[in-house]
Amino acid sequence: MDNAKFLVVEDSPTMRQLIAFSLKRFRNARVIEAADGVDALKILAGPEKIDLILTDINMPVMDGLKLVSLVRQNAELRDIPIIIITTEGAEEDRERGLALGANAYICKPIQSSHLIKTISDLLPA
Amino acid sequence: MAEDPRFDKFLELFNKGKEFTEELLRENQRLRYRLATIEGEVKQLEERFHEIEAENKDFAARYVEIEEQNNNLANLYVASYQLHSTLDFREVIQIVEEILINLIGARTFAILLLDEKTNDLQTVASEGDDAMPGIDKISVRLGEGVLGTVARGGESYYFSQDPRGGAVSIDRPLAAVPLKIKDQVIGLIAIYKLLQQKEAFSAVDYELFALLAAHAATAVFASKLYSQSERKLNTIQSFLDLLTTTS
Repeated sequence: MDNAKFLVVEDSPTMRQLIAFSLKRFRNARVIEAADGVDALKILAGPEKIDLILTDINMPVMDGLKLVSLVRQNAELRDIPIIIITTEGAEEDRERGLALGANAYICKPIQSSHLIKTISDLLPA
Repeated sequence: MAEDPRFDKFLELFNKGKEFTEELLRENQRLRYRLATIEGEVKQLEERFHEIEAENKDFAARYVEIEEQNNNLANLYVASYQLHSTLDFREVIQIVEEILINLIGARTFAILLLDEKTNDLQTVASEGDDAMPGIDKISVRLGEGVLGTVARGGESYYFSQDPRGGAVSIDRPLAAVPLKIKDQVIGLIAIYKLLQQKEAFSAVDYELFALLAAHAATAVFASKLYSQSERKLNTIQSFLDLLTTTS
């Protein structure tokens, strides 16, 4: 997908940079960064049209699960695909994330190729 | 005696039949030859197809390998970039923690620094104390036990290579990586448990350990020096302020 806008919600600057690095594979993609759920909601309420959200779960102020839940309840945002990227690898965590409305669940440490494939599946060309 | 006209007719038909049969035999022979040629060509094409299939598999495997290398290089780049992005000691330690959690997949670990005056290694940061109680306040003499030996010798320790076997403990972590500036060890990283989804260390983890051993050490050392010089600068500045106000 050309000119896609990705919102990366992650409290770790290291992870944000790593994810942004992987997303550079998409032609003309733009990465917007947020450090927590509240920060992300402010960006989502702004003029930028976001094509896909990548969020961590464990973050200060507002965690990723709450963010997923709020996005899915919002009529204007509910169709945005969401990928959870987290250290929480238990099956019940995955089920909870997907049940709240996330489209995919990726465990850290991430493999760039896996992330790209997941995004490509969610954002057809 | 007049010849029977039916005999001539029969002979004529017989000769035509004979010619036709001979023609059929020749055609059959030609087709057999053609079939053999085509079979040979098919065999060649099959061989070529298998060759190309094997080449494709080779390219696919190389693509996966290059993808993995790209991923590893990105990890290494981001880790070194972040480590040298600040001179604040707490931030450097936090970045080391982030690398251990997010890039290596460590669940329980401790970062220890060496006190040069007492020659003791002490925990300055830890994560996952619930899985390994006591890692938040490790204090080990240089040269004692596995951790002390790693700090003295400057060689990494891996539990998987320990012939003694047994269980992971505070002094026998999954991995103990010295933080070194050239040959001088300033501390170490001890990893006790990996994330649930991570079964074992991968090849890139050892690369990251090597990077951490050098870059984290210089980043920690530089940040400590910076904070010390900041303190000294503040003291001198206060002293100068005092002098200028009193004079």
